[in-house]
Amino acid sequence: MSDIKISIRDLHVRYKDGKYPLRGITMDIIANKTNVVFGPAGGGKSTLIRVLNRLIDLSDVEDIKGEVLLDGVNILAPEIDVIELRRRVGVVFSRPIPLPLTIFENISFGLEVAGEKDKRKIARKVEHALRQAVLWDEIYDRLDYPASSLSGGQQQRLCLARVLALEPEVILLDEPTSALDPVSTAKIEDFLKIAEKDYTFLLAPHNQQQAARVADYAAFFLQGKLVEYAVGEELFFNPKKKETSDYIQGRFG
Amino acid sequence: MKKTEKWITNTIRIAGSSSIFFVMMIFIFLMREGIPALHDVSIGRLLSKRWYPIEDLYGILPLISGSLIVTITSMVIALPFGLGTAIYIGEIAPQGVKEILKPLVEVLAGIPSVVLGFIGILVLSPLMRTGLNLPTGLTALTGAILLALISIPTIVSIAEDALYAVPASYREAAYALGATQWQIIWQIVLPAARSGILNAVMLGVGRSLGETMAVMMVTGNAPTLFSGLEAFISPVRTMTATIASEMGEVASGSTHYRILFFIGIILFFFSLIINVASSSLSVRPKRGKDQVVS
Repeated sequence: MSDIKISIRDLHVRYKDGKYPLRGITMDIIANKTNVVFGPAGGGKSTLIRVLNRLIDLSDVEDIKGEVLLDGVNILAPEIDVIELRRRVGVVFSRPIPLPLTIFENISFGLEVAGEKDKRKIARKVEHALRQAVLWDEIYDRLDYPASSLSGGQQQRLCLARVLALEPEVILLDEPTSALDPVSTAKIEDFLKIAEKDYTFLLAPHNQQQAARVADYAAFFLQGKLVEYAVGEELFFNPKKKETSDYIQGRFG
Repeated sequence: MKKTEKWITNTIRIAGSSSIFFVMMIFIFLMREGIPALHDVSIGRLLSKRWYPIEDLYGILPLISGSLIVTITSMVIALPFGLGTAIYIGEIAPQGVKEILKPLVEVLAGIPSVVLGFIGILVLSPLMRTGLNLPTGLTALTGAILLALISIPTIVSIAEDALYAVPASYREAAYALGATQWQIIWQIVLPAARSGILNAVMLGVGRSLGETMAVMMVTGNAPTLFSGLEAFISPVRTMTATIASEMGEVASGSTHYRILFFIGIILFFFSLIINVASSSLSVRPKRGKDQVVS
């Protein structure tokens, strides 16, 4: 086993409206690997992702119990600097949400709010992030266009690029390819494999084929509980639990 | 097309074109009554500094200056408060507070201006007189404060709607990038709501410029030209107040009567400029907007 980046211990999340999406999750997220959480809708994948960078704070949460240790520090503790945490743990949402700014500003925004003032440094980081997200060659001559002028696949890579520009340690991807065509999807999946050495990924794939393609480690979530957790190939080809194999073989889901 | 369909279409067409027709008629009437004023009184005399119709002195500059002083000052007061309140209600206030404040502001917007004018005379004006040690509390500043109170609810209500229309996903995406609430309001939400906020500002200006009753009650109605800082604490008279107070007494068709209509034309053009300015400012430069880059 490699290093553990995030360690989740008995995590419960309950919303004010009575929904109870996470019911005692205990799992590890391995550093510099693609960690996949998959399972049918409503299993708690998105909630888990929202907990890991504390975006959950924006929702009406009744209570959160348990521990989430990022490099050994509990990020659910009240004294944690949430802003700092969100720079270390970036997120790409299922639908591309470009901010209503230009392409360049979409990326420089995160750097500027982090206090970066040196224009040359910002320009360099923007270019680097766009190259990493395999977008630079397509748009380098129209950085001052509104981000909304990009195609869906380009917008999603832009959203990835603006996360990368902050040089995070962990990148959460919540069904990042659900709104994309196969070519754009492949570009994002390729990126995961290339960038693994620099980042820790947690991916909620939008289908099981994708899960099988990219997973180094995989966790099967069902109705707020972790059913099974294993090395990717093992889980997909030799599941131990009946629910997992039923889901993988398409008996429900 | 079926007969009833045709009938309905025609009715709607008549209803729609009739409103244009009425607006045109009002405009033509205004022009017909007001433009001949230029025959009776030369432009040079119109642009003189004395408004004293009994002695045939028709200088409208003091009236324009009165309207401008009162309107601009009221906006200087109303905009920070109005936009600040809108941002508070829209972005910062907890849900419960928001649900109380929003309807409260709507109620404020519905108070008749004559009632506010009454409060202006009874409360604000004596306060101004004693507070600033003036000979009279009926001043441009009194009118401006009152107008600010009248236009703030309009500004708040429309600006808040504009903020509300900004998708929540923008805020969430910006939070996820490590922005603070204030950075998000300032750099994402306000620019995204820009056209709606400009609209709110312009409607506030329009409300302020066109307000008659409250202004007439508290500004003292002395047609004096702007002459330095003390103009703010002296009585002034606005264009609207002049028309409202004098129209009842003039002989129809007289020079004075035509000039009052001419003032109406000037007011009309001020409003037109505001409307055109707001609609042209609120359109974003569209460079490459609708084009898919790939």
